[in-house]
Parts: sequence; structure tokens; C-alpha cells
Amino acid sequence: MPGKVDWLAHNLEVEGDRADAPTLGRVMRDDVVRCAPADPATAVLKLIKGSPYPFAVMISADGCVLGRVPASALDPPSETPVWDVAEPGPKTFRPHHSAENVARQLADKDLRWAIVTTPEGRLLGVASRSDLERAAAR
Amino acid sequence: MATDISLDQLLELIDHGAQVVEVLPEDDYAPVHLPGAINLPLRQLDERTAAVLDRTRPVVVYCWDSL
Repeated sequence: MPGKVDWLAHNLEVEGDRADAPTLGRVMRDDVVRCAPADPATAVLKLIKGSPYPFAVMISADGCVLGRVPASALDPPSETPVWDVAEPGPKTFRPHHSAENVARQLADKDLRWAIVTTPEGRLLGVASRSDLERAAAR
Repeated sequence: MATDISLDQLLELIDHGAQVVEVLPEDDYAPVHLPGAINLPLRQLDERTAAVLDRTRPVVVYCWDSL
């Protein structure tokens, strides 16, 4: 059943002494390139190159994360569907997780980016480790 | 009569003026809680403490993992 955790995990507004604490949801951005499994690699690579991120997130028709598509996997460009080159089932985080904890988990695994989803797996956005570390230090 | 509801139903009820009550202890409530929620810790919940509620409006009670 949904409860307080579910509310927080959907990045909904909250009140309280720690309402302004740095969380992943406050740091994440929602401008990452989204693509469908059948999208051709050339088109996705072009979108990634025009974005601030070195990857796209492959999602289902209902917005659930299916995989991560690094630009490096799309080079040289081809008409191959991104499904064929995506990294399936990437680790994801919920937006109410603390910026400090997520930054530490990313550092432990030598990762630079966190993919943020709802508990149902729908993509909310992404956050860089460096942004999380900066937020945690404030 | 009490019934379990979904997150979407909660949002709709809040839009329609429902009262939201967190029944977790004060230490859980104070740091972060739903907007407008009041705190009636379960262990202190009785007829007297519940008297702050408006009986003419719906009441949504929540804890960590249920609504």
C-alpha cells in the first residue's frame, strides 16, 4: 500500500524541518534524452550530442526505464535500433534519497550519473554525481 | 468507515479538502510530512486528541507504508 514513503518517492511537495534537505529529487534534471527501443541509433546519437549528457535513457511506452544508451555505444552511427546496444536494467534511485547517500553510492561504483524513477520505474530525471556532491556539501 | 486508498485518490481527496493525519511519532513527523498534515501519533490517538478533526470532511490517515 502507498504511504509516506510513496509520497516522498514521487517527489511530491513536503513540509517539515527537513523539507529543504538536499535530496536526489531536488538535484535531478529532467532534460535527459529519452528514446524508444525501436528508435534508430543515428537519430538518438544526434539528440545525445545536442544534450548535456553522454547518454540517453531508453523507456517503454508508459515511461518506464528499460535501459541506458551511452553515446559511445552508438558510434559509428547506424540504423540499428537502440534496443540492440542499450545497457539493460540500469540501477535507478528514488527522488527522496539523500543527495549525500546517492553521491556516495555512485562513487563506490565509480558511476557519474544517477537515473531517478518513481517506485513504479517511470523516469523522472537524472543527476550527476558532481551536482549531488555539491548539494550535499552546502 | 475506513478504506485503503491509492496515491491518486489521496491527491484527489486533498484537492477536495480532506484532512490529512500522520499517525507516526513526532520524531518522524517533524522532519518531513505531507503538506498540511497534522500529527496525531497512534499511541496518543483517542477521542480527545481526535477532537481536532472536522467530522464533516474526509480524513486520510497515513503511516510510512499505507494510506
